[in-house]
Amino acid sequence: MEAKDIYAALEKQFPGKVSEFKGEVLEPYLSVDGASIVEICRYLRDSAGLNFAVLSDLTALDWPKEEKIQVVYHLFSYSHNHQIVLKVDLPRANPKIATVEGVWKVANWFEREVYDLFGVIFEGHSDLRRIMLPEDWVGYPLRKDYVEEEEYDGISTQRAPLVEKLLR
Amino acid sequence: MNETAQAEPGFFAEEMTISVGPQHPSTHGVLRFVVKTDGEVINEAIPDVGYLHRSIEKIGEKVTYHGYVPYTDRADYLAAMFANQAFCLAAEKLAKTEVTRRGEFCRVIACELNRIASHLISVGTFGQDIGAMTPFVHALRERETINNLMEEICGARLTYNYIRIGGVGYDILPETCTRIVEFLDHFEPIVDEFNRLLSGNKIFIERLAGVAVVTKEEAFSYNLVGPNLRGSGVKWDIRRDIPYSIYPELEFDVPIGTAHVGKLGDSFDRYWVRIREMQESCKILRQCLKMMPKGPAIAKVPRKFRPPAGECYARVEAPRGDMGFYVVSDGSEYPYRVRIRTGSFAAMSIIDKLSKGIMVADLIALIGSLDVDAPEIDR
Repeated sequence: MEAKDIYAALEKQFPGKVSEFKGEVLEPYLSVDGASIVEICRYLRDSAGLNFAVLSDLTALDWPKEEKIQVVYHLFSYSHNHQIVLKVDLPRANPKIATVEGVWKVANWFEREVYDLFGVIFEGHSDLRRIMLPEDWVGYPLRKDYVEEEEYDGISTQRAPLVEKLLR
Repeated sequence: MNETAQAEPGFFAEEMTISVGPQHPSTHGVLRFVVKTDGEVINEAIPDVGYLHRSIEKIGEKVTYHGYVPYTDRADYLAAMFANQAFCLAAEKLAKTEVTRRGEFCRVIACELNRIASHLISVGTFGQDIGAMTPFVHALRERETINNLMEEICGARLTYNYIRIGGVGYDILPETCTRIVEFLDHFEPIVDEFNRLLSGNKIFIERLAGVAVVTKEEAFSYNLVGPNLRGSGVKWDIRRDIPYSIYPELEFDVPIGTAHVGKLGDSFDRYWVRIREMQESCKILRQCLKMMPKGPAIAKVPRKFRPPAGECYARVEAPRGDMGFYVVSDGSEYPYRVRIRTGSFAAMSIIDKLSKGIMVADLIALIGSLDVDAPEIDR
């Protein structure tokens, strides 16, 4: 199915929940309402003709100027060989969204990674812990304004300039 | 308290927590499992990853497009060529850069050689994990030849930095082509030898048949890709179904799980898919070497590479399945965001589920059969 047909199907099922549709780009995407993300995902997975059986990727983008964090869902269907991208805008100060773990199991790990590196809270997640970084790490490194702490656990994270090092 | 714990008073039967890894030969890199066992039976194996996290995605925001290619090598150092290609595909799509035709052939040749090398490591270490030391040595011997060929092609043995935006770094010389053919002539019979040694081995089969069965539905839900997905009987290969590069012109089969020794989607099926994929790669290589046209290996690409603002998700069929690069450009010289989606990361998330109720020794078979690779998980 073409992206515009997927958009039409979603618009019919969830009127007013799709705020934007971009079809004339490399990766056509839909901006959807975060509050109904779980129902939308379940509909996309189960409805005949769409059958998005797979969550290919779940990640986020940080836009400090617009004060938002975008959670990006890449969906894929093996039976129909089509794909679509969903985007949800969240306020940067307090990004919270419901988990889609109940729709696709793999979301458990993807969401943990986004939580770890972007600080997005996935409500209802069964095991929301940091995955790459240690539990006591401060900050969310993939945010654009992230500044590394000078040391972690007594280990310096800074590298002395090469010349200084050689002179020592 | 479960039943066994209550069975005999004075008998030490409480749940035991063991740490497998991070330094354990069967964990393929540096990753760790917290295993809770009741005797030999696993109640839970919780994966603990992140030991190899090098923040490759963050680095992507700090370097130029051309400068990022060598970093992609490190995402999966057993199959560096594919990360190179996936990133370059994404950049090329964004900037609408054409790749030269000879460049495409060089890419496919390098990638398929790399696929054989990666699968050799996978099946070799798999045998070693199960207790068969000899096949590992045979597999590594063959891989050494491929590493030598790679060194001839691009000067590096593991982290290639060969595929560049617009084509490849160096042309493949005619002498090298001859040596690749020589290697193929030598390697194809070796696969049969390998099968006699390992795939047909009764002990090996009994260790794997029916162990850690993944159904098709589970494979979808956990987003297993590549040989793991095909092992569950899904005939799906990006090279065939979302074609890129020159794959539509080439003839090759997509092997899937056959369940000829156990159940569909068991550890043996996943292993068996890899063996047959190596044979398919040989077929592809022979065709490419015959069809290879003359011409420049790389297109003219500006030094200051600035793709227009936009985003793109490029995927390639890597040895560990669907490798996706999600690149967002804001029109500047640096990518706004690079996201690397790898097969091993998703495959790791299923281990927790599959490990419930299996034996400790089967956990090792399970990890080996999924072919998870620590650098690719952590990035």
